[in-house]
Amino acid sequence: MSTPDLTTPLPVTDLGNRAAPRKGRRLRAFARNPTFVAGVAILGIVVLLALFAGWLFPTDPQDMVGPPLLWPGDDAEFPLGTDSLGRNVLALLVHGARASLLVGISAAAIGLAIGMVVGSVAGFFGGWVDILLTRLIELFQTTPTFLLVVVIVAIREPSLQTIALAIGLASWPTVARLVRAQFRSLRESDFVVAARSLGYSRTRIIVQEILPNALPPVIVAASVMIANAILTEAGLSFLNMRDPNVVSWGGMIGDSRDQLRNAWFLTALPGAAIAATVLSLNLVGDGLNEILNPRSDP
Amino acid sequence: MGRRIAATFKRTAIHAAPTVLGIIILDFLLLQLMPGDAADVIAAESGTATAETMAALRERFGLDKSVFTQLVNFLGHLATFDLGFSPRYNMPVLDMIMTRLPSTLLLMVTALSLALLLGIVLGSIMAAWAGRWPDRVLSVVVLLFYSMPGFWVGLMAVVLFSVKLGWLPSDSNMTIGANYTGWAMIADRAAHLVLPALALASFFVAVYARLTRASMLEVQRQDFMRTAEAKGLHPFFIQLRHALRNALIPVTTVAGMHLGNLLGGAVVIETLFGWPGMGRLALEAVLARDFSVLLGVLLLSSFLVILANMVIDLLHAWLDPRIGTT
Amino acid sequence: MNPIPVPLLEVDRLTVAFPGHVAVREASFAIAPAETLALVGESGCGKSVTAFSVMRLLPPNARVASGRILFDGNDLMTASRPEMRRLRGRHISLIQQEPMTSLNPVLSIGVQIGEVLRRHERLSRRATRARVVELLDLVKIPDAHRRIDDYPHNLSGGMRQRVMIAMAVACHPKLLIADEPTTALDVTTQAQVLDLLGDLRRELAMAVLLITHDLGVVAQWADRIAVMYAGRIVERASIVPFFARPMHPYSHGLLGARVDVDAEEHYLTDRLTEIPGSVGSAAGETGCSFAPRCPMVQPSCRLAPPPLLELADGRAVACPITAAQTGAPHGAAVG
Repeated sequence: MSTPDLTTPLPVTDLGNRAAPRKGRRLRAFARNPTFVAGVAILGIVVLLALFAGWLFPTDPQDMVGPPLLWPGDDAEFPLGTDSLGRNVLALLVHGARASLLVGISAAAIGLAIGMVVGSVAGFFGGWVDILLTRLIELFQTTPTFLLVVVIVAIREPSLQTIALAIGLASWPTVARLVRAQFRSLRESDFVVAARSLGYSRTRIIVQEILPNALPPVIVAASVMIANAILTEAGLSFLNMRDPNVVSWGGMIGDSRDQLRNAWFLTALPGAAIAATVLSLNLVGDGLNEILNPRSDP
Repeated sequence: MGRRIAATFKRTAIHAAPTVLGIIILDFLLLQLMPGDAADVIAAESGTATAETMAALRERFGLDKSVFTQLVNFLGHLATFDLGFSPRYNMPVLDMIMTRLPSTLLLMVTALSLALLLGIVLGSIMAAWAGRWPDRVLSVVVLLFYSMPGFWVGLMAVVLFSVKLGWLPSDSNMTIGANYTGWAMIADRAAHLVLPALALASFFVAVYARLTRASMLEVQRQDFMRTAEAKGLHPFFIQLRHALRNALIPVTTVAGMHLGNLLGGAVVIETLFGWPGMGRLALEAVLARDFSVLLGVLLLSSFLVILANMVIDLLHAWLDPRIGTT
Repeated sequence: MNPIPVPLLEVDRLTVAFPGHVAVREASFAIAPAETLALVGESGCGKSVTAFSVMRLLPPNARVASGRILFDGNDLMTASRPEMRRLRGRHISLIQQEPMTSLNPVLSIGVQIGEVLRRHERLSRRATRARVVELLDLVKIPDAHRRIDDYPHNLSGGMRQRVMIAMAVACHPKLLIADEPTTALDVTTQAQVLDLLGDLRRELAMAVLLITHDLGVVAQWADRIAVMYAGRIVERASIVPFFARPMHPYSHGLLGARVDVDAEEHYLTDRLTEIPGSVGSAAGETGCSFAPRCPMVQPSCRLAPPPLLELADGRAVACPITAAQTGAPHGAAVG
């Protein structure tokens, strides 16, 4: 076992081998991996519900539609019951999927973009650029992520955009580390040396030669990032740092805290929705990791 | 041994210095971005403020100076442990944070120890039965905890243990007005600690369990494991002495990387359980729009993470004899 | 040399299977007390697997399909796990190939050597330390008093292998299994480590199962040899007759492929012999596994795997063709 240093990617996202199998074989590997298939199936349902929320429940889910605090099963019209304001819990949950996915995906995209730029520049150029950027990565990793998100959201109004931006700004260091480690190992590889000797520009080498080869662990990290962004968003919404006009799962939990004693299902259901979505993303991540970075058996 | 640890301590301390400076500057920049300044807050508090009193206040706080002068002043104040004054609470920011610090530390240390302990035990069990049913069942459970928001785990635990069973308290860090002393006080505090610590630890138990499993399995493939078996040692002893210690090296590295997240998670958990710590103070500061307090919390939490990371580095040097030798 | 009267170790028709392939087929051999048997073959031929089965230290996915292993009269295949643990490190010990990875990086060498003493001899902490220093002296590690607290990363490859040897001989085992003990070392260190092992084996009167692919080491060291090919033992013999007159075509090939002292002349007069094909060509072969590469192959060789035929002087060969020619000159067999 080698001496671990902080730039080593975690074993979970470790790049095992880079020899890409042929496309057909890889596609079959995806279909055969039960973890990946289960993750995609759950995620697919959540995405479909989010996309067709307006069609399934065309009226504003925030409207009062029935008597308050109906338990699930009490009334066939509200299969998952109603909350203290008489709103349809099922409609709220389906509409809430939108906020979670939207914030999760855009925050991860922002984090990935920053992280990949910082990580590839640091890893490719090395030297003082690397030292400086590594310091910056460390700095952001030292700052408690959630607290930083709270501070950034407090600077501006808590809209979905601000929340996504804040989570993205706080979550890029993980990707930056991963990409930097990849670039450092790929920088000296044969094909990069060849590209250099052909006189390709640095930008071209970074974007066209190294980046595609550095991607597999980043793809795995991306699904985990979306999952973590959804968890962070839920925490923020729970603390009421959210857009009051948008339904969100975390917000539903926050709203129902006072009913914890008499109607705990109002807390349980949105939490289960968050857990299912995050679980699906983690399953996809684990599956991708098994497929993209296979470990050879002894 | 001692010399190696001392060398490690020196190295990490030198390494941490620029990070501390960087965090201070980041903090200052965020403070500049905040809408309104201390004068606005005071003006809003008193409700009667003329343009002249505002200008006077700004002059008093040095807010009329250039950004650079303000940064120098900020650094100067920090050097004397002055984090500013909270007009809202009429108290120095540092004093406010210091009254909250012990509670947060208690929660953080308990949650981290719990997460490491449970994570390592679960991960080792999973690795020992890899591929068989105990591993499969635990893997699913661990993946679930990896996916559930900690505060929701906390709420569900409140429903079960406080509301339904009535076993554990779910509010504040002690029974208010009970005035327990001695063992009764410790028992009371401990009972109040259980649910928040579990809620805060739940996600990290999963992180460390997954990591321990992976790295224990990695260690099993090493040649020195066969050497140990060839000595006729008991398998349990081999796992404990030869495998676990090697497997813990990557686990502690990652534990250090997650400290920031753990402390961040405390904001939600402390608010949820009415725990009088720094995290709840941060949220109170947001609601009161008292940004000097908010940034003071951010600054101090970051320092706490740096400090904890140094402890982890020392632990690391103790576990791995290859560290700290030249 | 006579057949062994009371063997210390007797491996009887051992077959070891992994999922998808059989690593060792019907291997039989015996080692007398204080005798050295060399198990020789190409990498992947099953010699390490054979050695690990003797200690019952096979990888979890491997399985002993059939056969018996008798050690000092006890059947190791039916021994309980605690019985095996009492044997390992005390009566049978192991030196692995790769000294860089066979020591635990986070424990000092003193602790790692002491462990085996404390396990089997129940020594006190102080007595253990004294014994470990003696052992380090024995394997000629200079400055044993200070070196005892060193970690593996402080030591060179040769020094680490000495530590492994100290660990292996700590309890004066009756049998030492040395799995390519010098392959990973550079040439000068190889010679030193081999000399040390040779001395210790005589001093402690240990039997040694030496696994190697280096026939030079075998010639210098071993009393008897067993040649393995694709999981089967194809020839067994005492050293002198073997080198004088190898019988199996594969043994011929091995000796031919060896660059020996006469190499210069060999180069001038003849091309360096190489065995055509690879071990992989044995896959799917119903008859003799060596048939695809054998220069003397007959149609009958492809029908069924030839049995190991016992000849005079404790020799055995799994080739009916060469066995029939016993006594005939073999110079023309290869080339």
